[in-house]
Amino acid sequence: MADGTNVPVGGLAAASPKGRKTAMQKFAQRRSTTGFLLCLPLILLVACFVVYPAFYAIYLSMLNKKMTAFVGLGNFQFLLKRHTFQLVIFQSCLFAITAVVLKALLGFTLAHLMHNIPGKNQKIWRGLLLVPWVIPLALSTLTWWWMFDPSYSAFNWVLNQFGFANVPWLGVGWIARFCTIAVNVWYGTPFFMIMYLAALKSVPEQLYEASAIDGANAVQKLFFVTLPMMRNIISITVLFSLITTFADFDIVRILTAGGPQDMTHVFATYAFQVGIQSGDIPLGAADSLFMFPILAFAAFFVLRGVTKRTKEIAA
Amino acid sequence: MAEVSVRKVVKEYEGGVQAVKGIDLDIADHEFVVLVGPSGCGKSTTLRMIAGLEEITSGEIWIGGDVVNDVPPRDRDIAMVFQNYALYPHMSVFDNMAFGLKLRKFPKDEIKRRVDDAARILDIVPLLDRKPRALSGGQRQRVAMGRAIVRNPKVFLFDEPLSNLDAKLRVQMRTEIKKVHQAIPTTTVYVTHDQIEAMTLADRVVVMNGGVIEQVGTPQQLYHNPATRFVAGFIGSPAMNFLPCRVQDGANGGLAVRITDSIIVPIPPARADRYGAYKGKEMVLGIRPEHLFEHHDQGKPGWTRVDLPVDVVEPMGMETMVHFFVDGSPVCARIDPATHAAPGEMLPLTADLNQMHLMLPDTGRVV
Ligand SMILES: Nc1ncnc2c1ncn2[C@@H]1O[C@H](COP(=O)(O)OP(=O)(O)OP(=O)(O)O)[C@@H](O)[C@H]1O
Ligand SMILES: [Mg+2]
Repeated sequence: MADGTNVPVGGLAAASPKGRKTAMQKFAQRRSTTGFLLCLPLILLVACFVVYPAFYAIYLSMLNKKMTAFVGLGNFQFLLKRHTFQLVIFQSCLFAITAVVLKALLGFTLAHLMHNIPGKNQKIWRGLLLVPWVIPLALSTLTWWWMFDPSYSAFNWVLNQFGFANVPWLGVGWIARFCTIAVNVWYGTPFFMIMYLAALKSVPEQLYEASAIDGANAVQKLFFVTLPMMRNIISITVLFSLITTFADFDIVRILTAGGPQDMTHVFATYAFQVGIQSGDIPLGAADSLFMFPILAFAAFFVLRGVTKRTKEIAA
Repeated sequence: MAEVSVRKVVKEYEGGVQAVKGIDLDIADHEFVVLVGPSGCGKSTTLRMIAGLEEITSGEIWIGGDVVNDVPPRDRDIAMVFQNYALYPHMSVFDNMAFGLKLRKFPKDEIKRRVDDAARILDIVPLLDRKPRALSGGQRQRVAMGRAIVRNPKVFLFDEPLSNLDAKLRVQMRTEIKKVHQAIPTTTVYVTHDQIEAMTLADRVVVMNGGVIEQVGTPQQLYHNPATRFVAGFIGSPAMNFLPCRVQDGANGGLAVRITDSIIVPIPPARADRYGAYKGKEMVLGIRPEHLFEHHDQGKPGWTRVDLPVDVVEPMGMETMVHFFVDGSPVCARIDPATHAAPGEMLPLTADLNQMHLMLPDTGRVV
């Protein structure tokens, strides 16, 4: 593109008295330069809002509480020894893994059901099931919080109608953990469903016909055709969801604020509590940095698998 | 191995489209039957109903002495080769071929033996470890056939297996398929819209049109004795010439066909009985290009000279195609390349009327 216009423009500029401008123009017209310039806004954006904060967080995490002295890895050592932080690691993993597994299973089931609803109805159901995903999470979590309220809320009212006692939804450790996970699953399942539905639609019908003739029943078709064909989408969706779920803040913050007795804290809410609310910013930074190696590890393996399979399958 | 019967089978798709309108077909054990016809005539639908991939609206399908209307594809003991192969992209060639046997719980060494045998027959032994992506179209085609062969099923079903290949490879694979059938004579139903493929492969050809069977017969029968104008026009390349005409009295008490005022040809005496009843009626004369050739001084009985104005000459090497217009209808003749023919000139031709066909203009039935 730039090459085509190079000659006439350059020729014009050469005729003008300013030789320096010609050099500038030639520079600007080089393809790679153009490409770089076009990407520059994004690069700047990423640098400002991702790279800089990341390095700043690393720097911060190595200071003492008053941010006056360099303590090396002291904050990390301190965190690891602390019982609450050990709970946070356990809970973050529990929260992310359980929620992602449930979302994946539910999303897969829903996608299958959806796939078998004929024509127009499918669109309506798909639209309805996407609702949780498009409501701002903070708002919907607030609604859930009301529904979990121990004395005046929907769930306990229903339980009472059937003669059961009130359940202190957000007041007891394991129940509260379950509630935060449930809300996350409610919110995140539509994303899985829509991704899986797209993947299901892209599996050629003839593969099912061929496998039917080869002698496969419904379950065998699922395991030998559908799942292998969807493996890439499943991996990428799971990875993506793992990252966002691991870093979840809104749900835990609004539902339980980490309680009761810190039994629902995850990395992000704990970092907020330690860093912002208690004013120990370096410790908060150190806390949130713990997420990085865990996610990087997961991303590496998932993406490696995806690349390998894409090469094999893409025809 | 088994015979297949299709009895009064109708297929109506949702929305009332009748793709197959009540067909009857009996296929003998070991027979190679080709369904041929223009696009949309219901060939694939018929094949898919035999496979069990498509429900039957009414009628019965028998495989090996059992009605299989309600038997799912996996229990019909059939194998199918699809137009775009439908290989499993995530499995190696070996696994693609072994899949059906694995599902049927064959022992490992038996699977290996069968896949190796099939791979040897199809000449794809070096490809067994590859994924389908790394194969050419012809190789994929062989793998798809291998997948069918290893199962040793009662019936092979092919749905336009060669139409994604280039012309040269198509001819080569056609021979290959014939060889495989000679080596493993399984009952085969083969769908194609290519009449040459049909003629070369089939024991019997089934010509379909608009959801009904026009004619069933050996390639020779279809070529020499087409039952309808459709079959006459569909089988043979270039296609048969059709000319509106009238049957009338001819010289010496015989019959003649009047095409135009200047072109009146005598009907061979052997056909007189057959055509007598149509005297005075408007009919359609059908004659193949190969039965319209350069004029010979010594004729044979049934040969007649006609002179036509040349429109286009197409030399093909071993023969020359000459096109004419007779009273608005296109006519093609196949002449010796040594014969002189030039556009605008009159060309003396011989019509071999022993090979003529007369059909009714409304129903197209050959009389
Ligand atoms: N799923 C379907 N729903 C509705 N109509 C269909 C469906 N499948 C096929 N048809 C119609 O049935 C008729 C026969 O289709 P079929 O696929 O059997 O044709 P075919 O002879 O195999 O043609 P081709 O040579 O193009 O493959 C066509 O008119 C087609 O439009
Ligand atoms: Mg078809």
